[in-house]
Amino acid sequence: MDAEAAKYIGAGLACLGMLGAAIGVGNIFGSFLEGAMRNPSAAQGQFGNLIFGFAVTEALGIFSLLIAILLLFVV
Amino acid sequence: MASDPMHQFQIAPMIPMELAGYDVSFTNASLFLVLGAALPAAFMLASSAKAALVPGRMQTLGETAYGFVYNMLYSSAGSDGVKKFFPLVLSLFLFIFTVNMVGLFAYNFTPTSQIIVTAMMALLVFFTVIIVGFAKNGLGFLKLFVPSGIPWPLYIIVTPIEIISFFSRPLSHAVRLWANILAGHILVKVFAGFVPMMMDAGPLGTVGAILPFVMTVALYALETLVAFLQAYVFTMLTCIYLNDALHAADH
Repeated sequence: MDAEAAKYIGAGLACLGMLGAAIGVGNIFGSFLEGAMRNPSAAQGQFGNLIFGFAVTEALGIFSLLIAILLLFVV
Repeated sequence: MASDPMHQFQIAPMIPMELAGYDVSFTNASLFLVLGAALPAAFMLASSAKAALVPGRMQTLGETAYGFVYNMLYSSAGSDGVKKFFPLVLSLFLFIFTVNMVGLFAYNFTPTSQIIVTAMMALLVFFTVIIVGFAKNGLGFLKLFVPSGIPWPLYIIVTPIEIISFFSRPLSHAVRLWANILAGHILVKVFAGFVPMMMDAGPLGTVGAILPFVMTVALYALETLVAFLQAYVFTMLTCIYLNDALHAADH
């Protein structure tokens, strides 16, 4: 297998890492909504934590996208 | 017209200059770095120019930005964190936010899409934490790696994990901002490149080119959100790490 083909296959495989990140992000917002339905008045105060947790989790998915982009455009 | 999505990240000299064999040209990256410093400064100066007890519109904007970052730092690091680090944290937030937003416009260059810019900011925070941590806590700073309230045999596992996670902080701190901005900009360019590509495919393609166009607009909305969010997350993590530096002995 030559290097060009391996690059494209690697880029495709790297995108599979976003599966875990997607599940994690859905988890965060789902838990927030569940908690907010039980205690709506306290929900607004936790909005900062929600956004922070979302961004930190999404970062891991973006790391895997970064590997795919690096393989496609930089190597 | 380059439809290559990586073309936007090229650094082109605007005013070529040379100093002792080194290329110190004023590039497009330099221009936007200067804008990232000058625009927030001008904004804050303008909002405090006619300081009144009942704020006018400009002052309200400045106070919103100031209060937002102040509350972020106060809730993480407490009042001594605010006393020591508020100028640093406000500068970081306003710089990243301005540079991300300005870079969204066409033909503009985004400095935070270069790893060197985000890595330098993350290393700045990292070394500030280490230096201030040792200066303020002495060797008690190492209590950061030995959290209290754990049965002693677990320390053999927990302490190496804590040390590794401490040293991986600047890496994830830098790469999070970099990868988000880089990936977002590439995504926008790829979808925008589909529009002329479809228009080249005859009349049916020209009608269908509305689809990638709408997608590009939607991606721009997402990118605006990401620009603010990444500035917020970078600053939030900075506040948390600075709190670790100041209050390491409380672990």
